[in-house]
Amino acid sequence: MRRPAVPMQQAVSTRGRSGRRSGGAGAPATVDAARVGRLPRRVVAVYAAAVLLVLASGVWLAVYGFVEAWIALGFGTLVAVGELLRTTLPGDRVQAPLGAAAALAYALLGALAGERTHHGVAQVVVVTTGAAMVGMVPRVARGRQPCWDSVARRVLSVGVAALLFQPFYNRGVLLRYGLEHGPANGAYLALCAGVAALTDMGLAALLAGSHSGARFAHALRDECCALLRIGSAIVATGVVIAIAAGEIGLWALPLFSVPLLLTQAGFRRYAAIRATQRQTIASLARATEVAGYTLPGHAQRVTLLACRVGRELALTEGELLLLEYAALMHDIGQLSLVDPIPGGATALLSRAEQRRIGQLGSEVIRRTGVPPEVAEIVARLAEPYRRPDGTRDGDVPLAARIVRVANAFDDLACDDPGPARREEVLVQLREETAQEYEPRVVEALARVCQRMPG
Amino acid sequence: MADAEIAGSTAGGGGEPLGLVGRCYAVAVITAALVCPLELGVGGSPWSQVLVLAALYVACEWLVRRQALSAAGGVETQTRWTAFFPVLLAAATLLRPGAAALVPVLGAVLAPAEPPRALRRAWNAAQLALAACAAAEVFDATGGSSELTRRQFPEVLGPTLLAALAFCVVTALLVGGIRVAAERADPYTVWRGALLRSLLPCLGYGLIGLMMAVLWSSYGGLAAVLVLLPLTVSSWVYAQFQQEEAAHQATVSALVQAVEIKDEYTRGHSERVSRASVLMARELRMAEERVASLRVAGILHDIGKLGVPTRVLRKNGPLTDDEHEAVQLHPTFGHEMVRGIGFLGEAREGILHHHERMDGRGYPTGLAGEEIPEFARVIAVADAFDSMTSTRSYRRGRPVTEAVVELERCAGSQFDPVMVEALVRAVRRHGWQPAAPTAADEDAPDVPLGIREPRRPAGAGASGAGAAGVKNAATRVAR
Repeated sequence: MRRPAVPMQQAVSTRGRSGRRSGGAGAPATVDAARVGRLPRRVVAVYAAAVLLVLASGVWLAVYGFVEAWIALGFGTLVAVGELLRTTLPGDRVQAPLGAAAALAYALLGALAGERTHHGVAQVVVVTTGAAMVGMVPRVARGRQPCWDSVARRVLSVGVAALLFQPFYNRGVLLRYGLEHGPANGAYLALCAGVAALTDMGLAALLAGSHSGARFAHALRDECCALLRIGSAIVATGVVIAIAAGEIGLWALPLFSVPLLLTQAGFRRYAAIRATQRQTIASLARATEVAGYTLPGHAQRVTLLACRVGRELALTEGELLLLEYAALMHDIGQLSLVDPIPGGATALLSRAEQRRIGQLGSEVIRRTGVPPEVAEIVARLAEPYRRPDGTRDGDVPLAARIVRVANAFDDLACDDPGPARREEVLVQLREETAQEYEPRVVEALARVCQRMPG
Repeated sequence: MADAEIAGSTAGGGGEPLGLVGRCYAVAVITAALVCPLELGVGGSPWSQVLVLAALYVACEWLVRRQALSAAGGVETQTRWTAFFPVLLAAATLLRPGAAALVPVLGAVLAPAEPPRALRRAWNAAQLALAACAAAEVFDATGGSSELTRRQFPEVLGPTLLAALAFCVVTALLVGGIRVAAERADPYTVWRGALLRSLLPCLGYGLIGLMMAVLWSSYGGLAAVLVLLPLTVSSWVYAQFQQEEAAHQATVSALVQAVEIKDEYTRGHSERVSRASVLMARELRMAEERVASLRVAGILHDIGKLGVPTRVLRKNGPLTDDEHEAVQLHPTFGHEMVRGIGFLGEAREGILHHHERMDGRGYPTGLAGEEIPEFARVIAVADAFDSMTSTRSYRRGRPVTEAVVELERCAGSQFDPVMVEALVRAVRRHGWQPAAPTAADEDAPDVPLGIREPRRPAGAGASGAGAAGVKNAATRVAR
């Protein structure tokens, strides 16, 4: 009966390698994209735009020449260093805040130590892209994947910032309208940087959406939540470096990077403790397996499935995290039972017994320090889609209904992982959508199953 | 982030009572703070600048406190961000010493404080004022002011770092002083700790203050806001981090509670083993990260008992050979469970091997002597010590002295003598509070100690060593 577990390690490492997205467990999205064998059209469009911009800038520079090489070298070095210090933010987003801020600062650089500069949009694009590539070399040398997504985003967003500033500065338009000095200059720069940051968020949402199949609006919402704070720190640092370089020259570069580096270190620590918390909860989930209450790998399989279904149903990243925790710990209540249930399959128990296990579990979960919603989800796992009298309980969280379906699927299908058995189980679940399982969730599960490799 | 440490220490020793000496000390500092700026003079500093900086300081403090509060879910836990130093260091570079001293006063007076409120607020204001004043004085004396107005880089960095250093030293001395006065703490450790913790953050704050000063003349408040924005974001992240860390600790203790549901003997046992292990680690002068790891290893050392059938754990009589084998699987189960937790590192080995013996007759692998990981040797001693001093249904807890004699008797054969000695020293220095006996423990029989030797060599289903051995021997006698 017992079949080899899908180890959590494997699920985690797939996610790690796939770059960013997927707040929940596993990375079905990129795997799916790879299986299809070609990139989605939206991704191709973004990449094409970035490549075109770089090529056009290169041609422009070849014709009109490169100016003020030392300044370019200074900013380029900072971009490359920032790229080296790339870090993982919560939600598995890989970011190079310092690199982004330095590129933004070069795009918005007017005067340097009181002297006017003359570089244009083309030079900004070529320098920042080249420096980012140089900064990625050690990463690629260590055998890691280069993040083309973030390079493309960077090229386009920095291009937008430079386009809003450099032509007007170089032709004296800003001077004429009094936007070249003092607080007005600061405000204009902040505006340009803000537009660039919004562009970046939009592109991130576009790319993330096409990788994971989520709708643009949902992806945009997730990206905004995730990038709002670090994004504002990047914008502020970019603007400050640009205006401070006007006062004190290239000394502004190392000096004004300090606060952003501090922030970046803070984010890194936060992401690390988040990962540790997830690992510890996975250990707690493994407790039922070690104790012989559930089959090996059950919690991990249910979690993977529930998170895929949750993403299919467009849950936000925050909701996905709660769903993941609830799915991992959904059987924890069984630890309080003196005798294990045969096979650990709760889906085959009576309703009252299922409720009791859910309640016991939620009591343990309340003590774990995860958000209280998780305990609520586990407490409501036993609730059917419709009560015997045909009414529905609107209070049951969607996450509880998802875990309920995923758990039933794994309890029924775990003895045979083949696609034929999956179809049988799906038919069985569909038959029970009148009472037990929510039809919407079962259909989402069916779509997830279709994408699973045979 | 280490910068929170020093910020927290300015609150005047948190909620502890100040005591008479502490009060006198605080009053002396407050008097000095009143005299110093008057002596040094407010100079020609424009009052508008002082006001804007003071307002900025209040706003930043308020924001940071709110973030910490919202992260803690509305409950004021340990909000350690009680000061926002970059603004003060900017003031120190922009203003004359007397005027710089005025900047923190408003913020310190408006901040919440433990009773006696008036005294604590005045103390906070006074020590920050003195620190800002000293920083400004050092900046002026080293020629920073003129270099700043002439934008001389990198020359101005020297005075800035010196000013930050002065700020750090004065804060550490004053704050350490109140801990020495109020809590009779050891002055050397207090001052050394405070200086080491705050030195690097303070130098960073100095640079940030300098940035604000550079942009102040042409961009005013806007530049200050832009410079401070990353810092407020980083304080937000810090609050999130603290929240998640607390949640993680709760999760770890939930893991332990899951064991305690099954095995009632172990109630509180994990916590005490962890505490004893940490005390021993300090005696052994382990590095702080290792101590932290060992603390978790101590808490989780019996986690594998989740995999042992409840009926065996709760059995109140001699165990059969099969049942012994089941119990002896618990280190392996525990290791299997915590395998995925990345940060545990060394602690995982400690959990796997905490029932090994120095003579190689322990389980699960029969390692001997130095082959046994250090963490495992520490936990083995702490585990046995707590088992002997705690009351169980089959045996009353023994006095600490008796347990120590027993440990020393088994040093070399079962326990590492170095670890036993560390435990003895730790207990002598800090005392030991065994588990409080409950009403049910009243009937527990008074049984002398005596750790049974394993019947057979390791690996062949030897009956328990260490704590398990005590348990079996005692059970037998009790019947």
